[in-house]
Amino acid sequence: MSRKTTPVQINQVKTKTAMDAPFPTRLTRRAMLASTAALLVAGSTIARARTLNGAMPWEPGATTPPTLVRPGPWMFFTADEAALIEAAVDRLIPPDNHSPGGKDAGCAVFIDRQLAGPYGSAAGLYLQPPFMPGAATQGYQMPDAPAGRYRAGLKALADYVKVTYQGKAFTDLAPADQDKVLTGLESGSVALAGVKAAEFFALLLQNTQEGFFADPIHGGNRNMAGWILVGFPGARYDYRDWVERHNEVYPLPPVGIMGRSDWTVKE
Amino acid sequence: MARKLPPKDVVIIGLGWTGSILGYELAKAGLDVVAIERGPWRDTASDFPPAYAQDELRYAVRLDLFLRPEQETLTFRNSMNQTALPIRRFAGFLPGNGVGGAGIHWNGQTWRFLPTDFNIRSHLEARYGKEALPADMTIQDWPLSYDELEPHYDRFERLCGTSGKAGNLKGLQQPGGNPFEGWRSSEYPNPPLKQGLGATLFAEAARKTGHMPFPQPASNASEAYTNPLGVKLGQCTYCGFCERFGCGNFSKASPQTCVLPALLRFPNFSAQTDSEVTRINLDSTGKRATGVTYVDTSGEEWEQPANIVLVCAFALFNVRLLLLSGIGTPYDAQSGQGVVGRNYAYQTTSSVGVILKDKILNPFIASGAHGMIIDDYNGDNFDHSGLGFVGGGYMGFGQTGARPIQTRPVPKGTPKWGAQWKKATADTYQKAFSLSTHGSSYSYKDCYLDLDPTYKDRLGRPLMRMTFDFHANELKMSAYLTDRLAEIAKAMDPAEITPGPRKGPYDSTIYQTTHNTGGTVMGADPATSVLNRYCQSWDVHNVFVPGGASVFPQNHGYNPTDTVGALAYWTADAIRDRYLRHPGPLV
Repeated sequence: MSRKTTPVQINQVKTKTAMDAPFPTRLTRRAMLASTAALLVAGSTIARARTLNGAMPWEPGATTPPTLVRPGPWMFFTADEAALIEAAVDRLIPPDNHSPGGKDAGCAVFIDRQLAGPYGSAAGLYLQPPFMPGAATQGYQMPDAPAGRYRAGLKALADYVKVTYQGKAFTDLAPADQDKVLTGLESGSVALAGVKAAEFFALLLQNTQEGFFADPIHGGNRNMAGWILVGFPGARYDYRDWVERHNEVYPLPPVGIMGRSDWTVKE
Repeated sequence: MARKLPPKDVVIIGLGWTGSILGYELAKAGLDVVAIERGPWRDTASDFPPAYAQDELRYAVRLDLFLRPEQETLTFRNSMNQTALPIRRFAGFLPGNGVGGAGIHWNGQTWRFLPTDFNIRSHLEARYGKEALPADMTIQDWPLSYDELEPHYDRFERLCGTSGKAGNLKGLQQPGGNPFEGWRSSEYPNPPLKQGLGATLFAEAARKTGHMPFPQPASNASEAYTNPLGVKLGQCTYCGFCERFGCGNFSKASPQTCVLPALLRFPNFSAQTDSEVTRINLDSTGKRATGVTYVDTSGEEWEQPANIVLVCAFALFNVRLLLLSGIGTPYDAQSGQGVVGRNYAYQTTSSVGVILKDKILNPFIASGAHGMIIDDYNGDNFDHSGLGFVGGGYMGFGQTGARPIQTRPVPKGTPKWGAQWKKATADTYQKAFSLSTHGSSYSYKDCYLDLDPTYKDRLGRPLMRMTFDFHANELKMSAYLTDRLAEIAKAMDPAEITPGPRKGPYDSTIYQTTHNTGGTVMGADPATSVLNRYCQSWDVHNVFVPGGASVFPQNHGYNPTDTVGALAYWTADAIRDRYLRHPGPLV
């Protein structure tokens, strides 16, 4: 085998000697670390080959806690993209007297941070060629990662709206027209240039609902709006006293990984 | 050139359930043992502490604890005339990763196979005639009996602190347990878990319709427990974050909570993590293994010589490692000859969605394996005459939480988004649950595993190719079971039920189960098995595959882990008591 890319030389094994030869393969650093790194968490430590015996290993600071997402400047979306996404998530999950909508619940912020991170770049997925179309049962077979799919999908959507609605942006449309566009994407009856509309819509809907119902630490579900809507108490640790209390409303409000919003600074 | 390490008595590939059990038993017997694990070290405090274990997005949706396809995946196709394509993102089944393996993310459902499952072909042919089995069905009797395995089931359940109620103690029926189960030498080590409203309503409806419900056997500790190795489990808190998650509460049995604290104390045991075994090395005769070669995260290659090689990876990867190492004859589906990769099977699951009229179910209060179950339609517990299929499964209420990214039932006809969706989602969450069937998957000539001709892993080795689809027998079975379950659901006076019998083709994008079985089957005949009755390779006597689900000749209507654990103990005994005295073929 020959080296295709820069070989790995991280020198993690402390017992290297002059006799060592580099492993003659075509591993990239990223490939070698695939097994070990907590790729899905920003700022995590890199595990390394190690030998364990004597006792359960423990060291301070070895945890990989999630990163708290705070509202703020967009990390992935452009301003125009963000405006479109915020409008769209507010139709997918409209505000009403039961709860805030997708926008105020932070779904766009959630998607933005997800796309800027490992999820957006399809980290950890198998992306080796050849890429061939297959049966639906064989799963998604394109090389593009979610970040690229959003970039292309949002542009195609903006172009479609501009052409169809006399130069207007999605954000300028009345809610009924916005719903009409989204319905057309969902069914595939709206054709987007170079983008499979129904697939893009499914991705957008999936990520929006993830944002609405995920732990607030990830940027959506702000003030636990999604959890309050359905009555999910969140990251509650202990229900032992409640298992056999049948047909009674569980009385405690939801908590997230960071606690509850009224324990921290109000937004 | 790989650097050569000092030899060991035993090298274990993979440190999950079977690796840790074999490691413990053989280190205790005084052997010098090393376990090589390709994933990272994992433990409660560092990887899923209560402070952030309950993160649905991270663990259940983004699959943080699971194998990255980038490291290894499979190609998949439904039939031999298709081109297999890589599973680029795991979805239909989810292989684990790291120390603990699938033992970290499982639910804890702890089922024994039925006594008649172990002689399934003989039993079915004797009762229904040879013509009752489809010509291309390749099920075969196990090379050991339930009676032989019983003591080992018992050991594994005590290791795990399994919670349940016996239905058959030494042949005597016990009220409240599973009346169909094989005899048990002792009661479960812990009493059954408590049940919520949904499971209780199911049990009432099941009784009303003439069935015999019982609490599901669960390796979620119903009480604080100290196992025979001296390792302690805490009482399950029903937090509702179990499968796909590590347990932050030391309540779910896993190698970490049940074995590793005791195992790592042996001075003659060590584990090497983040190191992937790339092949098992054979001597010039090809009949004896000399050890393994592995690559660490820095890309360096090492050779670990050993007298005994134990293949303890996840079922699918056991098969691939034997194929890549040239151990055993690869299966050829055209001719039906060869054995490695033969008799791949899965599980045939289905569901009945139920929405009740006016109940507060608190579905988020759950453990990984609580619930009320009936076993009336499993295996050959019911007369199959005239039904047109063989096999069966258990069914019942076993919902393991209601984490809202993935669990948001709505009535039929509800839009997928918008105001109506939102209202229906809010109105239904407390009133709905899913009942499920968990059925057998018998093996067939055209369902198998081999090496893919096109796609490679990061090291340039061929990926394994899975060729699998449901057969008519299994689809008929699923339709029958789902009908029975729907009848019980109707007795619950529901507002709406949605029966979802399994339909073909098998879809690798929809999660069904991670019970992938077969490919290194154990058997009595080397022409139809890779391993003998001691899970020892017929071809290379110092290679054992000690009980991963790859050794199952077909899959029965139960979760595999109890049988996997029992076979691990069975194999450990065979190695210690037989092989060490007379190293060579045990059969």
